[in-house]
Amino acid sequence: MDDVLKEFLVESNDNLDNLDQEFLELEKNPTDKDRIAAIFRSVHTIKGTCGFLGFAKLESVTHVGENLLSKLRDGVLLLIPEITSALLALVDATREIIKNIESTGSEGDKDYSVLIDTLARLQKGETNVGASTQSTSDAAEAEKAPASAEVAHEVVTAAQPPVELEQAEQIPVVSEPAPQAVPEIKVEPEVQKTVEVAPPTPMKPPVSVAAPVAEAPKETKAASITEASIRVDVKLLDDLMNLVGELVLTRNQILQYSNKQEDSTFITTTQRLNIITSELQESMMKTRMQPIGNVWSKFPRVVRDLAGLCKKKISVVMEGQETELDKTLLEAIKDPLTHLIRNSVDHGIETPQERIEKGKPEEGLLKLRAYHEGGQVNIEIIDNGGGINPDKVKEKAIQKGLVTPEEATKLSERQITNMIFMPGFSTAEKVSNISGRGVGMDVVKTNIEKIGGMVDIQSKFGEGTTIKIKIPLTLAIIPALLATSGGDLYAIPQVSLLELVRLEAENAAKKIEMIHGSPVYRLRGKLLPLVDLNKELNVGEEIIGSNRAVNIVVLQADDRQFGLLVDDINDTQEIVVKPLSSQIQSVPVFAGSTIMGDGRVALILDVMGVAQKAHVVSELKDKARHDLTIIHEEQSGERQSLLLFSCQDSGRMAIPLSQVSRLEKFSMSQIEKVGTQEVVQYRGDIMSLIRVSSTLSERRKNMRNPEFVKEANSNNFIQVVVYKSDKAHVGLVIDRILDIVEASNQIQRTASRNGIMGSLVIQGCVTEILDIEGLIQIGNIQDNGQKNEEGMAATGLVSEASLMQ
Amino acid sequence: MSEQQFCTFYLGEHYFGVPVSEVQEIIRYQDMTRVPLAPDVVSGLINLRGQIVTAIDLRKRLEFEAKKDDKKLMNVVVRTIEGAVSLQVDEIGDVLEVPDDCFERCPETLTGSAREMIWGAYKLENKLLLILDTGKAINL
Repeated sequence: MDDVLKEFLVESNDNLDNLDQEFLELEKNPTDKDRIAAIFRSVHTIKGTCGFLGFAKLESVTHVGENLLSKLRDGVLLLIPEITSALLALVDATREIIKNIESTGSEGDKDYSVLIDTLARLQKGETNVGASTQSTSDAAEAEKAPASAEVAHEVVTAAQPPVELEQAEQIPVVSEPAPQAVPEIKVEPEVQKTVEVAPPTPMKPPVSVAAPVAEAPKETKAASITEASIRVDVKLLDDLMNLVGELVLTRNQILQYSNKQEDSTFITTTQRLNIITSELQESMMKTRMQPIGNVWSKFPRVVRDLAGLCKKKISVVMEGQETELDKTLLEAIKDPLTHLIRNSVDHGIETPQERIEKGKPEEGLLKLRAYHEGGQVNIEIIDNGGGINPDKVKEKAIQKGLVTPEEATKLSERQITNMIFMPGFSTAEKVSNISGRGVGMDVVKTNIEKIGGMVDIQSKFGEGTTIKIKIPLTLAIIPALLATSGGDLYAIPQVSLLELVRLEAENAAKKIEMIHGSPVYRLRGKLLPLVDLNKELNVGEEIIGSNRAVNIVVLQADDRQFGLLVDDINDTQEIVVKPLSSQIQSVPVFAGSTIMGDGRVALILDVMGVAQKAHVVSELKDKARHDLTIIHEEQSGERQSLLLFSCQDSGRMAIPLSQVSRLEKFSMSQIEKVGTQEVVQYRGDIMSLIRVSSTLSERRKNMRNPEFVKEANSNNFIQVVVYKSDKAHVGLVIDRILDIVEASNQIQRTASRNGIMGSLVIQGCVTEILDIEGLIQIGNIQDNGQKNEEGMAATGLVSEASLMQ
Repeated sequence: MSEQQFCTFYLGEHYFGVPVSEVQEIIRYQDMTRVPLAPDVVSGLINLRGQIVTAIDLRKRLEFEAKKDDKKLMNVVVRTIEGAVSLQVDEIGDVLEVPDDCFERCPETLTGSAREMIWGAYKLENKLLLILDTGKAINL
């Protein structure tokens, strides 16, 4: 019995999920007979089975729904929004009851009589809207139906004197055989009914069995569609996955062995084994993957209900429903996605009047897009609503004390937009029961980050908002940095990794300072507490004071940073996370273990655990205070971070770090020319390159020909500092990146040439601060990557000059 | 008279047995990854065909003296509720079938951690077969 019940629950849940979708499709095309028939079948299956299992309440609810549907199916009633809403309410009620059955085993004590009444009323054609148009046919129908029902009732009772309780309960609602009766009403309805109901009754005394048995042929028809797939226990899939993992390792061993063999049959067989294993592994991975459409399928319904509540018109478009990702991840993104969609409907898309006033189509558009890119799944939620007003966000953020007014002026529009993910933020003027309570967006962000994902928001005020989510394909495989400590390999999850710092042996002793025995390192002016992994793990020789080069892995634990000293940094790799056995679970510094390519086992560090073990947490209270003072200094405009670099013949130069968007390396062969302008293709855009040393050339006697520079650069790579101007990326070609330093931004000497803001003494050397906008003007690169006329002339001069060299 | 099958092994001069039904497999010495900060008896992690198995030094677990020669230890991999665990032993013996009636619980004079982990002994003709309670042995 338990198994039957379980199957019923699983099957019903599937059916219900389909129903939501089907109803919305049906609303678009109300005369789609096949779809109505499909819906009818689903509801009927639920009704039939729950009658069989003795869930009277569920049966009575689904029963009226079924009756209503049968009239729709026969074209007696037309689908109007009121009916759709009632039927959706029916689906909800069914879902609620099934949930109750699942958790408590009983149907719960909620009263559904209102819903039943509504459905029964609609069935009789008594709609508020459509009453006048359908009154004639419905009146006739309404007369017929009770009549036939009565007859049917008589037949049933006559054929079977001991009526069961459930049966008795149904009769007041609408008689049991009515749905079957309606189609055949034209010719001798009574006879047909008796035939349908009677056969099972003499053989099987309980009446409740009759319904499913009578319906059996219909179910087999539906089954042919579902035969293409079977249900499998996830545990079984996991076991299979492990076996495949073992097979892969064995394959690796055999491959290694076969390299030393000369037997050609053995070698070809090994090759075949290799290919088959890879394919098997790939297929196995696929079994855990599910299309994102499984989660999305609920959203049109959510949007429809919300839009109704907010009196908005919204259509939902979905692209890439077939995009697949791991089942556990799919579960994890369900709630964040729902939240984001509710937000878009509630805050994003405007009311029809507003939209018409703005000259937009009355109906808002909500687009869901999913696609694979670079081993990650991208999900986009795009609406063409009002967008986010950056001024309002800024105002709100200041008002809530999330940023100071001074800080706010420095933020880019995008940074401002992304502030809506900060805790305690909500711009909705009024709090509705849908959203606007200021919890949520930060929860969305943390939930997505928890599974190793990222969320970004882009918005054009007045035009719409795009929310982009990037998540990994699977959780079981994570990117990690491999580091050596005491001769063993350890994996550090890259989520916590901030940067790597290497101090050469001669510098190490000087740069690492001690505060009462605790080592610290000045990272761009801030004290970074250092943790010696060898010492913490009690393996190998302590790194500090060993007179060796020191590798610092800068990690983030919670909201604190610390530097982990390791013997060596090896590589980054995708690793498969395996849990620790109970014997070593008590060791707090490890989060799991993994197997490396060569078959060795490596432990995965728990960054938070390491931080706690090393008491970084308590030390960092001081650090937080230290941070505060730094912020204070920054606010008073005294210090800023600078990127130090060198250029041929130009000495040391610096750019404020805040203006640097990325550091990139391009090979010479990637450089293309547009006219005389050097460009590279960068992230789908064309990025103009400015050679800093040749552009800043006025003062020098030796003009440098770019071609010459190219040759001079022996390693065939150029170092590029990417600067993002208002519209486009611009790449500054430099020679070497030296350091990142914290320095006063008080210019000590004013500029002596264009493209330079002035000079400063940094680390004891005079350093010029670049004026990038000025430099761009000299380089005559406009934001659209073209040169203006004046620029042409200027470059002409430069190239002439360089030719003269 | 019912009989039981035991997988036997040696720790020093002691002769031990665990029920065959609990043994997954026996493997030669394996390279393993040490686990810093873990209890002393955990000698490391073994990659057993893609499955990561914790190895426990049974000598240390039973508070026996450390081994004197440097012969490599063997692994008796036992099944537990939480997955496989390897017990490291000196040498592997035969699979023995012993009658139930020669079993006797440990005498009270046995002390230390060994007392908890040794279930009892089968009195064989020339020696005693000590039965290890694997559940207790792996529960650190």
